[in-house]
Amino acid sequence: MIHEAIHPARMPDPVLTIEGLRVAPQSTPTKPILKGIDFTIAAGETLCLVGESGSGKSVTSLAVMGLLPKGILKATGGHIDLEGDSLLEASRGRLRDLRASRMSMIFQEPMTALNPLMRVGEQIEEVLIMHQKGLSSKQRQDRVLEMLDQVQLPDIARVYASWPHQLSGGQRQRIMIAMALILEPKLLIADEPTTALDVTTQKQILKLINELQKRHGTSVLFITHDMGVVADIADRVCVMRDGEVVETQPIEDLLRWPKTEYTRQLLTAVPSLRPRTARAVTDREIVLEAIELEKRYGERSAWARWTGKTALQTPAASDINFALTRGRTLGIVGESGSGKSTVARCVMRMIEPTGGGVRVMGKDIASLGHAALKPHRKRIQMIFQDPFRSLNPRLTIATSLVEGPVNYGTPREEALARAAELLALVGLPEDALDRYPHQFSGGQRQRIAIARALAMEPDVLVADEAVSALDVSVQAQVLELLDELQRRLGIAVLFITHDLRVAAQICDEVMVMQKGIVVEYGPAERVLGSPEHAYTRSLMLAAPGRHWDFAGFRPLDRVFEDHPTSTATVYQ
Amino acid sequence: MSLSRPEAVAAERSETMPLRRRLRLWPRRRPGWTIILAAICLILIVVVAILAPWLAPHDPLNMSPANRLKPADDTYWLGTDAYGRDLLSRVLYGARVSLTVGIGSALISVVIGLPLGILAGFFRSLDAVIMRVMDGLMAIPSVLLAIAIVSLISANLWTVMAAITIPEIPRIVRLVRSVVLSAREEPYVEAAVALGSSLFTIMWRHLMPNTLAPLIVMSTYICASAILTEAILSFLGAGLGTETPTWGNIMAEGRTYFLIKPSLIFWPGIMLSICILSINLLGDAARDRLDPRLQKRGGAQ
Repeated sequence: MIHEAIHPARMPDPVLTIEGLRVAPQSTPTKPILKGIDFTIAAGETLCLVGESGSGKSVTSLAVMGLLPKGILKATGGHIDLEGDSLLEASRGRLRDLRASRMSMIFQEPMTALNPLMRVGEQIEEVLIMHQKGLSSKQRQDRVLEMLDQVQLPDIARVYASWPHQLSGGQRQRIMIAMALILEPKLLIADEPTTALDVTTQKQILKLINELQKRHGTSVLFITHDMGVVADIADRVCVMRDGEVVETQPIEDLLRWPKTEYTRQLLTAVPSLRPRTARAVTDREIVLEAIELEKRYGERSAWARWTGKTALQTPAASDINFALTRGRTLGIVGESGSGKSTVARCVMRMIEPTGGGVRVMGKDIASLGHAALKPHRKRIQMIFQDPFRSLNPRLTIATSLVEGPVNYGTPREEALARAAELLALVGLPEDALDRYPHQFSGGQRQRIAIARALAMEPDVLVADEAVSALDVSVQAQVLELLDELQRRLGIAVLFITHDLRVAAQICDEVMVMQKGIVVEYGPAERVLGSPEHAYTRSLMLAAPGRHWDFAGFRPLDRVFEDHPTSTATVYQ
Repeated sequence: MSLSRPEAVAAERSETMPLRRRLRLWPRRRPGWTIILAAICLILIVVVAILAPWLAPHDPLNMSPANRLKPADDTYWLGTDAYGRDLLSRVLYGARVSLTVGIGSALISVVIGLPLGILAGFFRSLDAVIMRVMDGLMAIPSVLLAIAIVSLISANLWTVMAAITIPEIPRIVRLVRSVVLSAREEPYVEAAVALGSSLFTIMWRHLMPNTLAPLIVMSTYICASAILTEAILSFLGAGLGTETPTWGNIMAEGRTYFLIKPSLIFWPGIMLSICILSINLLGDAARDRLDPRLQKRGGAQ
């Protein structure tokens, strides 16, 4: 797609022009969130707005749509011009006319963007009712069905009459796109439209947006934090940081010759898809082992067991086997619903496995009672996905850090001294001890969560999507920290992730899961380097930006393509 | 995580802030005048209740048949009732009973309801038992239960308070349970489990603090409704003995002389209304301030 992206010198009139846009909170107008944004989008062009959290990408898009939260944020200066309409000065009625007909928006979370109490067909039709008064209901319905067909939904008559909860995330995002494009707007704003979706779905949606864009000549303002997606779809890229535009360049130039240090850092932080070379095995001691581990939901009730009836059960994970040796990292990858988190939580005994065994340091903990489990809990600790919720907001960092050791009989003073050391180990100042979680950023909180887990001196660390909520640069730092800790302390890590790039960079072994079963398990170099199972291959093919070596500022010389050498795989 | 929603901005700003108090109870903005007025009224009533023996010009129990149903004058500022007792003194003393019952009921129902609610929210097996008992309690009309209890045991301050409190407990239990049910899914609670914390620590340190804000709000409503129920019970003759000056009792006695001397009902009635209105207004203000949905994430936690 990149090659199509290079435009000839002819520059058509821009569809959207933003000049010196400034937005500030109404309460503190002196601290602007956007400090003068400039960019333009030409007809039919895709401009990607890239930046980390807090850079002001979303605020920019909301300002364009005229959807800045009233009474909280306010545009204090600049111009937004959509084909001759000055959006900042437009009346509310005019803005309402422009929305959907000339510009429209799709959101990140397809699960909540649709009204759950309306059939999806009616929701799309509503746009026509609001904006095209002349149509008869038959014409409207035909229009909607045609649009559903364009977004490539199967069985459109059924989809027209279904409720949002009956559709998958990808299908809902297609509905959102249909709704956004039904009036053929000139500008489509897509605010992280694929972030909440699985990679394979993401790939389809990106392809769909691209096709529709070509057909209708729509300009797309695509907001994302994912450099891979940018490399796949952008014509031009606008990098933002702290409410300012750092640089705007055509995609190829940006990826090859970033002008600023910040962009360079941003690109270098993107983990490579190529698995790192395996580390030498130093210790063969197995610290964590799962044997035919199984978790089914929908337990048979005592009555059903007694009468011998079989009840309906949903297997969330079945027949999981793996062994993790000291100092190694095992990655479990898979899309949502693959059962990877279920495995992690079973191993932690957060939920009770319904079958099989979990051995920590050779001792089976799968069926131990609460009291018998306590001495073994110490051995295995967890890092959670959301750093904003994994620390109790009401406790100081010190209290959080000493809670575990004190539970196991360490005197408080000793635990406090150790906590200070741990903070130094994860790279935080010692005065952090007396502060509260809300005074730290996401990355810092994740470091604190790691320190809390380390305070227990565990043998195994379970990291459940531990870097998914973090910006790439922070993500790189946390991964580096984990790697360093592993080398110094010899901890084994069970790393659950949906991100193949992260998995490729941190894992020694990789286990790929799909619908509760392991489809491929082996050394990372083999599984991610030359996958055998069709599902692993489809995951690799769906990884955005897989043709580009971001840290090397050049295309990859050897791209993984789908021409399998053998169709039969070991695990099928 | 997408960026730059207002709360994200707030969270970022808080990083640069110096150490702040954990729970901001004192308003950042000045509260509305209704709230200030309500607070002043309530403080006045509390002061009156505490200082009643010094403020009251006469003994509220002292009958003087010669001065029956006197109109307001210099000696008896609000006049006297059918037994020649000073109305003002009785109304002032009445505030004591009302506030004791109100605050007492709110405290007792929290003390009993909080642990029950936490247990019900935490243990699935206890949940069914506790909640069915609470459903049963909720089905009993509070005034009927009070009348039953008071007629079985003699009426004193404690039995009246117990009679009023029992039907209020389920409201607390339900509230606490729902908060605990959602809070126990938080990763920091799971982290505490992984750290080997005892169940008591998890419940007390990690779950209980989440319930405090809604509890404060709920107890103001319980306080107001307890004061009202006490007045109703007294008015019906099922409350404290008729000689005890409570607002309900004064109104019940005044009912007979309503046509001759309406002020016998008017003064205790107006005190009761102001008291309940102020408590409810303050409760609303507390809810607006403490409601987690209105709180910015990461900001004023």
